[in-house]
Amino acid sequence: MDWTASIADRAAWEQAAASLPRGAQSLLSLWGEPGLAHLALINSSRISLLHLDCAAGAFPSVGRLHPPAIRLERAMRDLAGLDSEGSPDARPWLRHAAPYAFLRAEGEGLHQIPVGPVHAGIIEPGHFRFTASGETVVRLEQRLGYVHKGIDALMAGAPLERAATLAARVSGDSTVAYSIAFAQAAESALGAAPPPRALWLRALAAELERLANHLGDIGAVCNDASFSVMHAACGLLREHVLRAASACFGHRLMMDAVVPGGMRSDLAAHGARELTALLAFVRRRFPELVHLYDNTPSLKDRTVSTGILSHALAQQYAAGGYVGRASGRHFDARRTPGYAPYDALRFEVPSVQAGDVNARVWIRIREVEQSLALIEQILAGLPSGAIHSPLPSARATTEGVALVEGFRGDIFAWVRIGADGRVERCHLRDPSWFQWPLLEAAIEGNIVADFPLCNKSFNCSYSGHDL
Amino acid sequence: MTSKILLKNFLRGPLTEAAPAPDDAALAELAARVNQAARARLGRTLSIREVDAGSCNGCELEIHALNNVLYDLERFGLRFVASPRHADVLLVTGPVTANMREALERTYHATPDPKWVVAVGDCARNGGVFAGSAACVGGVSAVLAVDLHIPGCPPSPTALLSGLLALVESVST
Repeated sequence: MDWTASIADRAAWEQAAASLPRGAQSLLSLWGEPGLAHLALINSSRISLLHLDCAAGAFPSVGRLHPPAIRLERAMRDLAGLDSEGSPDARPWLRHAAPYAFLRAEGEGLHQIPVGPVHAGIIEPGHFRFTASGETVVRLEQRLGYVHKGIDALMAGAPLERAATLAARVSGDSTVAYSIAFAQAAESALGAAPPPRALWLRALAAELERLANHLGDIGAVCNDASFSVMHAACGLLREHVLRAASACFGHRLMMDAVVPGGMRSDLAAHGARELTALLAFVRRRFPELVHLYDNTPSLKDRTVSTGILSHALAQQYAAGGYVGRASGRHFDARRTPGYAPYDALRFEVPSVQAGDVNARVWIRIREVEQSLALIEQILAGLPSGAIHSPLPSARATTEGVALVEGFRGDIFAWVRIGADGRVERCHLRDPSWFQWPLLEAAIEGNIVADFPLCNKSFNCSYSGHDL
Repeated sequence: MTSKILLKNFLRGPLTEAAPAPDDAALAELAARVNQAARARLGRTLSIREVDAGSCNGCELEIHALNNVLYDLERFGLRFVASPRHADVLLVTGPVTANMREALERTYHATPDPKWVVAVGDCARNGGVFAGSAACVGGVSAVLAVDLHIPGCPPSPTALLSGLLALVESVST
C-alpha cells in the first residue's frame, strides 16, 4: 500500500485541513497523544500521515473547517489532553465526568424524548436525545462514550501479541477485520510479509464475517419493521455461517484467528467441505428471502424513502461501507487502496444512489452474493504453504498504517512500534466515527417510530467508536 | 410468498435442537446463593434484562443467537424483556466501564426483588483483557453481587444456555 508520513508544521497542517472541505482528499482519521497530533488523509489511493508537534498542548482545529473531524477532536482532548484551537464544539465526548450540555432546540410545541444508555433490546449502550414536533423528529443528538474502555491507553506499551488481542476486541462483530487491520499496520511498520496462504485465509475469515453480519442485519432491519419471518430465516442462515466459521477456525466469531505475521492456525482439515456445504445452503435459501423482501409491500412501505442520507453528506463524511455505498459513495478499501489477495479475486462493489433504509438493505443483499462468490474463489485458489512467518524485530522506532474493509466499512489502523518491539501508540478508527453523525442527519424529518429501523440500517458500532 | 415460506417451515418441523445438559459447576455456584423462599415464589419462568456494561458487543451477538430458531430460548421459560421493571435476572456483559457504572446500578435498583445477577463473558468476571484500564471498574462483582458467572470470550450460545438452565433449575426446585 502506498503511504507517506511527514512531520508537519502548523502551516502544512492548516493547509491539509483546508483541502478537506474542497473534497480534494478525504479524512481518514485524526488522533493524538500527549504532545503530538496526527492526521491521516487519503487522496485517490494514496494515504498521507501528518504529525504535528503540540508541545503547548494545542493544535489548529480541523473540525472548524471540516465538521467530520469535530467528534475526533473532542475525543483527542479526552484521551490525549490536546486542545483544538478554534473548535466549534469544545464539549467532552468520551469522558463523562461532568454533566453534559445538550444542544438546544427551540420552537413551539417541541418536546424531548431521552433514550438510553440502557435500551429496550439486546444492544449496546448509548444515549439518544430526540427533539420532536408531534411524531416528527426535529433533531436527534447522540451522546456516546458509554462503552469507553480506554483501549488507546492499554495499547501504549503493550507487547505486540497483547495489542493484537486488544485490537480483536475493539468491536466484536468486526473482530476479524480489526485483527487484519492491526496485523497489516504492524507488518507495514516492521517490513514483514506474511505467506500468501495466510493472506488468503484472512480474506476467507473476513468474508465469512461480512456474510454473518449482513445476514444478521438484513433480518434485524426487517424485524424492526415487524416482519419477523425474515428475521427468523436470516437468523438461521447467520447461525450456519457461525458454525462453519467455528468448524474452520475454532471460534464462532473467529476471534484471534488472525495474528501479526499470518494466521494462528490453518484451515481445519474438513474446513473446505464445511464451507462448500455452507455455500450450497445459503445459495438455496437466500434467493427466496430476497424475493420475499422485494415483494412484501407492507415491508417495503417501511424501508423505501425512510431515513434518506444525501450523497453530499456521505461524500463529505467519507462514509464507508453500506452507508456510503447506498448513497452513491463508491468506496471499498479492498479496492482502494486495496490489499492482497483481493487483487487476485473477482468481485463487484455494489453502489446505489437512493440513500434510504431500503438501499442499505439492498447493498447488504448484493454484498452477501459477492461474499459467497469470493469464498468460492478463495477455496478454489487457496495457495499451499506456511500460514505464519516470524516478524522481524524492530531496530528503531517505526510506524505503519492499514486500511481494511470490515463489514461496516473501512477500518483505519496506525501503530508505532518502539525499538524494544512493544507498541508505543496505536490508533484504530472505526467506520462508525463517520456514520454516527450521518444517522443524526438521516433521521431528521422522519417519525420517531422509524428510528429503530434507521438505526439498524446504519448498525453503527458503539464499542468500536467508544474505544 | 410469505405463506409459502410459512407453510414450508410448518411442514419441515422445528429446527430447534435438543437442550444441552445443565452446567454442573454453574449450578453449584448458583445453588449456594439462591434464596429458598424466592425460588418458591418465582416459579419457573424467568424474565431476563440484558445490560451491556462495556462489552465489545461479541457477547451481545451470542446472546442474540439464543433467540434464533436453533436455540429458541423461550422454550425453557426464559425470555428477554425490555425493562428492568419486568426482570428477574440481569444478564450483564463487559468490564463495567466507568461511564456505564451508574446506569448499571440504576438498572439494578429498578429491578424488583427477588433478582439475580448473571455476569456473562470473561470481561464481566474481572475486566478480562481490559483489566487494569483506568476507564473500567473491572468486572460486574465490583459493582453488584454476582450470582452466576458464565465464562467465555464470548461464551457460545450453548454455554449461555447451560448456564441459564442451571439458573432455572436452581430457582424452581
